[in-house]
Amino acid sequence: MAQVDSNKGGGDFISNLGRIYTLYTGGFFAFVVVLAILEQMGVPNKFIGYGFVFLTIAVYAIIGIISRTAEVGEYYVAGRRVPAFYNGMATGADWMSGASFVGMAGTLFLLGYDGLAFVLGWTGGYVLVAILIAPFLRKFGAFTVPDFFAERFGGNFARFLAVIVLVCCSFTYVTAQIYATGIIASRFLGMDFTVAVYVGLLGILLCSMLGGMKAVTWTQVAQYIVLIVAYLLPVVVLSTQKYGIPIPQLTYGQALQDITALEQSMVSSGLADAATLKPHIKPFVTYDPLNFFALIFCLMVGTASLPHILMRYFTTPSVREARKSVAWSLFFIFLLYFTAPAYAAFAKLEVYSDVVGRDLDSIREWLFNYGAIGLIKVCGVDAVNLEAVKAACSNIAGHPGVLRLQDLTINPDVIVLSTPEIAGMPYVIAGLVAAGGLAAALSTADGLLLAIANALSHDIYYKMIDRNAPTFRRLLVARILLVIVAVCAAYTASTKPADILSMVAWAFSLAAAGIFPALVLGIWWKRATTTGAVLGMIFGFGICLYYLVGTRYFAPGFYEMWSFLSNATPDQIAKFAQLQAACASDAAQCAAFDKHAQSIANWWGVRNISCALFGLPIGFLTIWIVSLFTPAPSQRIQDMVDATRQASGEAIIRDKDALNLPH
Amino acid sequence: MQQDGARHWRRTSRLMWTMFVLWLFFSFIIHMFVIQLNTIVILGFPLGFYMAAQGSLIAFVIMLFAFAKLQDNIDREEGFAEE
Repeated sequence: MAQVDSNKGGGDFISNLGRIYTLYTGGFFAFVVVLAILEQMGVPNKFIGYGFVFLTIAVYAIIGIISRTAEVGEYYVAGRRVPAFYNGMATGADWMSGASFVGMAGTLFLLGYDGLAFVLGWTGGYVLVAILIAPFLRKFGAFTVPDFFAERFGGNFARFLAVIVLVCCSFTYVTAQIYATGIIASRFLGMDFTVAVYVGLLGILLCSMLGGMKAVTWTQVAQYIVLIVAYLLPVVVLSTQKYGIPIPQLTYGQALQDITALEQSMVSSGLADAATLKPHIKPFVTYDPLNFFALIFCLMVGTASLPHILMRYFTTPSVREARKSVAWSLFFIFLLYFTAPAYAAFAKLEVYSDVVGRDLDSIREWLFNYGAIGLIKVCGVDAVNLEAVKAACSNIAGHPGVLRLQDLTINPDVIVLSTPEIAGMPYVIAGLVAAGGLAAALSTADGLLLAIANALSHDIYYKMIDRNAPTFRRLLVARILLVIVAVCAAYTASTKPADILSMVAWAFSLAAAGIFPALVLGIWWKRATTTGAVLGMIFGFGICLYYLVGTRYFAPGFYEMWSFLSNATPDQIAKFAQLQAACASDAAQCAAFDKHAQSIANWWGVRNISCALFGLPIGFLTIWIVSLFTPAPSQRIQDMVDATRQASGEAIIRDKDALNLPH
Repeated sequence: MQQDGARHWRRTSRLMWTMFVLWLFFSFIIHMFVIQLNTIVILGFPLGFYMAAQGSLIAFVIMLFAFAKLQDNIDREEGFAEE
C-alpha cells in the first residue's frame, strides 16, 4: 500500500514538472532582483556573495532531502520515470563541469582557433552516444554500465574490469570538481580554500546521499537552470551594450574582424611581439593538425564512454525517450558551448583595444582586482596595484612605459569571471556568475560520485560479494560508500594535487580506451567473445595508461626506449644529451632535463592527452582477432544481443530480478 | 504488424552508418579545409572558424533530433516500437 502511494505521489510530481520548474526559475529571478535591490541600498558585496552561494546550495539540499527514497529502483535509476526533456537538462548539468563553465572561454581566449578542439570534442561525442550506445543500454535495463559487461561478457571478471576503469576515470574527475568548488568559494567569499572544499563536500552530500539518482536528477535540473542563466546573462548584456543586438552568438563576428585588424596594428606599432602573438582565427598555431584532430577524436569517444553520462540514459521511461533525451542533452550543452567563443572574442577585443596600449599611469582598474588574487600578472609580477606594476615594468630594459601585449599574463579563469565588471555591471551579476560556476561544479561532482558509489555498492558489493543482501542493507552500503568516496575525493582535493587539471583531460582518453571498444562491439557484433572483450579492455586501457604515465612521469626513460618513434629534431636530441650530462653531475639540473625529455618523449609527436589514439585501435583489434580465434558466444547471448537491438519487448535485466523484489 | 527482425536491423544499421558518416564529416573532414574556408567571410565570421565554433555544433544538434525521429519511424514501420 505504502509503495502504491509513493508511486502515485511520484506520478503527480512528474506530471507537474513544468509548473514546478517554471515557478523555480521565476523564484530564482526574483531572488536575483532582491539581491540587486539590496546592493543598491548599500549592502556590502561580501553579503551579496554569501547570499548567492548559501541560498542556492540550500535550495539544492532541500530538493535532495525531499527526494529521499528507500527504494532501490529510485535510488539507482530514479524509478525510470524521468522525461526526455528534463533528463536532457540534468545531463547538461552533469556534463558541464566547473572547468567548462569558468575555463572554456578562457582557453578559447588564449588559444584562439585551436581551442575550438575542446568545443567540438565535448559536443560531437553525443552523436556516438545516441547512434551507438545509449538506446541499447536502456533496452538492456542495466543499473550501471558494468552490469552490461557482466551480462554480455559472461560474468564478474568483465564486470570487475569495467569497475576498475570507471573508478580510475571518475575519481580524478570528481576530485577536480571538488577542487573547483573550493576555488570558486574561496575566490568569491574569501573563505579559506580547505574550508571551502569541505563546504562544497557538504553541499554535494546533501544533494545525493538520501535520494541517490532520484535526488541527483532533480537537483541537476535546478542546477542547470542556474548555470545557464548565469552564463548567458552577462554576455547578452555585453552584446546589447556594444552592438545593440542581444544575441552575442551572432554579433561577435564583428568582434573577430576588429580583433584581426588590431592584431596587425599592434604588431606594426610594437605593442605586440609577432613571435608570441597567436592570431585568433588562425588554425594550427598551438596544436599541429595531427594533435588537433586527435584531441577532438579522443574527447568525443571519451564522452561516449564516461559512465556518469551513460547512466543518465538508464533513467528514461523508454528506449524512444532515451534517444530523444540524448538530443535534448546536446541541445542544452550546446547553449553554453556555442556561447563560449563569443565570451572569448568580446574579452579579447576589450583587452586589445582598451587594456593594451594604455599608459601605465592610466591602466584599467579592474586588472588590479584580479592581480590581487594572483590571476593577472603585468611585467612578470601580480598586478596588485599601480606602484607594483610600474616598478616591475621599469626593470625591463627598453620598456616604453606603455602596456604591451607581452607584458600581460592572464589566467584563463578571468575571462568569464571578469566580464560583468568589464561591462560595468553591478556586483550582483558577478555573484550570479559565481553561483553558476558552483552549480556546474556541484552537479558534475554529484553525478560522478554516484557513478563511483553505485559501481562499488551494486557491482562489487551486491553482485560480487552478497547476492542475497536485503534492500535495506544494499541502500545502507550504497550511502556509506558514497560518503567514503566523497570524503576521500575532498581530502585529495584539499592537498591541491599539482596535475589535477591535466588528469581530467586524461580521464577522457582512459575511459575511451578502456570501455568504448568492448561496449560498442558488444552491442554491434554478436561474434565478440568474452576472452576477446577482456583482453581488449586490458590491452586498450593498458597501452593508454602506459603512454600517459611513461611520457609524463618517466619521460627520459620513455624517450630512450622509444627514441626511434619520437618526433624530436636533431637540435632537441643534442639538447637531451647535453641536459642529461648536466643532470648526472648536478641534481639541480634534473628538473630542466625532465621537462625537456617530456617534450620529446612521444610516439609520432602525439600528446599524451590523446593517448586513446593508440588505445582505441589496439582495443578494437584485440577484440576482433581474439574473438575470431575463440568459440562464438552461446545462443543465449546471441539472442540477448538481438533483443537489445529491438526497442519493443521486455528489458534483458528486468528490474524485478535486479531489485530482488518478492513479487 | 508483421515483424521482420533482420530487415529492421538492416534499416537500423543503415541509419547508424548514415549518421556516422555525417559525424565524420562535421567532426573532422570539414575542418581539414579551414584555411580555404576562412577566405569566405559572412557577417564578419570567417567560415572555417565559424564551422568549428558553431556550425558543426548546430549540425550535431539537428542530426540527433532527426535521428530520434527517423529511428522511431523505422521501429514503428517494422513493428518494433514500444507499446
